[in-house]
Amino acid sequence: MKFIEEQLKKVGQLFEKGKPLEKFYPLYEALDTFLLTPGKTAAKAPFVRDAVDMKRVMIFVVLALIPATLMGIYNTGYQIEVAKGLSHSFWGAVEAGAWKVVPIILVSYAAGGFWEVLFAVTRKHEINEGFLVTGILFALILPPSIPLWQVAVGISFGVVFGKEIFGGTGMNVFNPALVARAFVFFAYPAQISGSTVWVAVDGFTRATPLAVAAATPKGHSVVQALGDAGYNFQNMFFGFIPGSIGETSALACLAGLAFLLVTGVASWRITVACVLGLLTMSSVFYFLQGAERLAFFALPPYWHLVMGGFAFGAVFMATDPVSSAATNAGRWIYGFLIGVLTVLIRVVNPAYPEGVMLSILFMNAFAPLIDYFVVENHIKRRLQPKKLEVEAKK
Amino acid sequence: MGEALLSSKNQKILKDGFWDTNPITFQILGICSALAVTTQLKAAIVMSLGLTFVTAGSNVVISLIRNFIPPQIRIIVQLTVVSALVISIDQLLRAYMFDVSKQLSVFVGLIITNCIVMGRLEAFAMGNPPWKSFLDGLANGAGYSAVLIMIGIIREIFGSGTLLGFHVIPASFYAAGYVNNGMMVLAPGAFFLLGIIVWIQRSISGYKES
Repeated sequence: MKFIEEQLKKVGQLFEKGKPLEKFYPLYEALDTFLLTPGKTAAKAPFVRDAVDMKRVMIFVVLALIPATLMGIYNTGYQIEVAKGLSHSFWGAVEAGAWKVVPIILVSYAAGGFWEVLFAVTRKHEINEGFLVTGILFALILPPSIPLWQVAVGISFGVVFGKEIFGGTGMNVFNPALVARAFVFFAYPAQISGSTVWVAVDGFTRATPLAVAAATPKGHSVVQALGDAGYNFQNMFFGFIPGSIGETSALACLAGLAFLLVTGVASWRITVACVLGLLTMSSVFYFLQGAERLAFFALPPYWHLVMGGFAFGAVFMATDPVSSAATNAGRWIYGFLIGVLTVLIRVVNPAYPEGVMLSILFMNAFAPLIDYFVVENHIKRRLQPKKLEVEAKK
Repeated sequence: MGEALLSSKNQKILKDGFWDTNPITFQILGICSALAVTTQLKAAIVMSLGLTFVTAGSNVVISLIRNFIPPQIRIIVQLTVVSALVISIDQLLRAYMFDVSKQLSVFVGLIITNCIVMGRLEAFAMGNPPWKSFLDGLANGAGYSAVLIMIGIIREIFGSGTLLGFHVIPASFYAAGYVNNGMMVLAPGAFFLLGIIVWIQRSISGYKES
């Protein structure tokens, strides 16, 4: 530890004012504070005594993503084996998956990192680990067959337009990883939607559970249709199905959620509210009767939890402390509406099979408004002296 | 007229309209048409010419009669002049460039309500002589055109792989896995481009939000 400290100090001198590498100080600072406790202390209030600063918070999210990442690598390889009809071997699947997934993660980090450093150097703000989160989140919500150049274009857009133009980490209105995905989704729809992209084998077609459910004709059983396509609650829960790299397994997301809740990074209110919203809306559809009733309506509500990217979105995306609502009441409303919108888009919007990305982005836009009304309401309540007096007399 | 046609004052009028107070990047006017007609460069060029003609023409006409217009009804008078010019352009397009006219659809007619035209009439032509007003209209039209054509070029190249209808992205690119950017064909794509252009123009001209 001492050794690292001394070496860093030695190198650090090169980055000081007036020295040749002055411009690249943010790079040095990022590495220094990544490895060691920052030497600076706050000069003005508020003073918070906590070992966990924003950099550590972001690293916790990266750690929480490890189960989903590993599962994503394994499952990508497993799907390739299934598609090609190969015999199954655990390490074979891991290897095949790693060849697909690791390049995507590396490109995402390299291209996103380039913009991050460029802005840090010209705008003179620090490089934050938030970028490590964005880079891997984005990689995990892409289909495994995505061309690498689209990964680079997408993350560039996400970092610049999702984050930097608002002023960098902590200022963004939208979740940068979702902005990046939305860009790829609208710019190159053929590579990120449909039924041919979810398994990294050329020309192999297999519809995702959501696509199967949405395509089930009226009067047929949706659970039956899913079963015929090879999907049941169990394999969707564990994630042995084709889909975006990191979001097929609800179990891996649950593991991440547990870690985020124990470390206090994510708000449990948001995730719980997302689940409640999802269950409420899908129950409404479930009990809805009439001639217009689609087959999708009859899906047991709790199945929605393990389908598509909902678990991943509710755990890692909706809880992003920057772009979500910041008041407790606001978090309930924000999360609940994400759940409701997700089901609405999934079930009754024929244009998009999955609604998690769009509903989180949509609610990101409304989060400040929700917070505003929560705070206003709170102030109004506090300004009503009469009620307080009555309560005091009691 | 004791002043040279392109005196330093008049040059400033030109520079203001084109650069310093560019209608799109500085005043953020005319955005609707900038988003709507720029998927193809040809449409963007025709729209630019149309708007420049209307802005310059109506500026001159209003400037000529500015001392006879009762202030209470000036907007109506302005609109009448603008409409006359716009309708004549619309008819010309329908007669000689029917395909472009169909592509531009309502947006030629909507030049009548374009904020740039009305804005220049109100802000400039009502208080300045015809030649200056003409220059002002020309400069603002050119400023609008420059942005529109830039967006048109980028959108057509990246959205459809063509420029003025000719293929510019080689087939070998497509064979290597390149795909046209669907976002560029949609209005949000133009919005992002517009944002980038505003960003660049304002960083160069040193504009500060007041």
